[in-house]
Amino acid sequence: MAGDVLLEQQIVLEFRGGDTAAFEALFRRYQRDVFRWILRIVRDHAIAEDLTIETFFRIHRARERFDASREFAPWARRIATRAALDWIRVHRPEHGMPGDFFEDAPSPPAADPVLSGEIRRHVATALALLPPKLRIAAVLALIEERPQKEIADALGITVAAVKLRVFRATRKLRNHLDQQGIRP
Amino acid sequence: MNTRETHRLKTLLQTALPPTRDPDPERNPVPTRDLWPEIRRRIAAEPASPARVSIPWFDWALAGGVALVAVSLPAAVPLFFYYL
Repeated sequence: MAGDVLLEQQIVLEFRGGDTAAFEALFRRYQRDVFRWILRIVRDHAIAEDLTIETFFRIHRARERFDASREFAPWARRIATRAALDWIRVHRPEHGMPGDFFEDAPSPPAADPVLSGEIRRHVATALALLPPKLRIAAVLALIEERPQKEIADALGITVAAVKLRVFRATRKLRNHLDQQGIRP
Repeated sequence: MNTRETHRLKTLLQTALPPTRDPDPERNPVPTRDLWPEIRRRIAAEPASPARVSIPWFDWALAGGVALVAVSLPAAVPLFFYYL
């Protein structure tokens, strides 16, 4: 266990120095975590793959700023969250329905078949129309049920700020769904 | 909004948009292709950045403010150096 930590520290130091083999070792080790984290936010397999590439590209560019005394995974997750946030900002639906953005959710078969497609669409629309920062907080806290500390670290904010964002997102979601005649 | 209402909204969200995490770790989603070659390509395509010092906008604003004070109140300059 201690050997693993030492080995990782060595790899991280070499990565900071610009060693490509060390960077690949880190990529192989953390790519799944980064990919799944992004997938939770964007809920689209192909987009999550593209954003994983973008994340590791940004990680490589920012390697000299990485504090080697800290863990690599939370740092990578924060960069991944930023990449996903940038993507959401660019692809945010400003008006009306967001098209089939959430239709490609990775596990649609698990969706409740009793719930009508129309209600699913309204819920997806309400979520997609949230401001990006609120949307990420809502998806991670309410749907994916990630710990608030983990969300706070990924967003670079305090746990209190996460709670506030989730509260605001919940209120906006409820108002939007109320307007559509859906009462949770 | 009370806790029960929040819980109901959470249930509705999870029913409509199920969490991506599968209870079975073996079935958790993974990338379908090797992403490493594309990352290498992007890194190789990145132009080597010339060594230059970037000065934050705040420093420029501060320098501008000091210059403005020096021009409009020249008598303050010796005072400024005295207290420096």
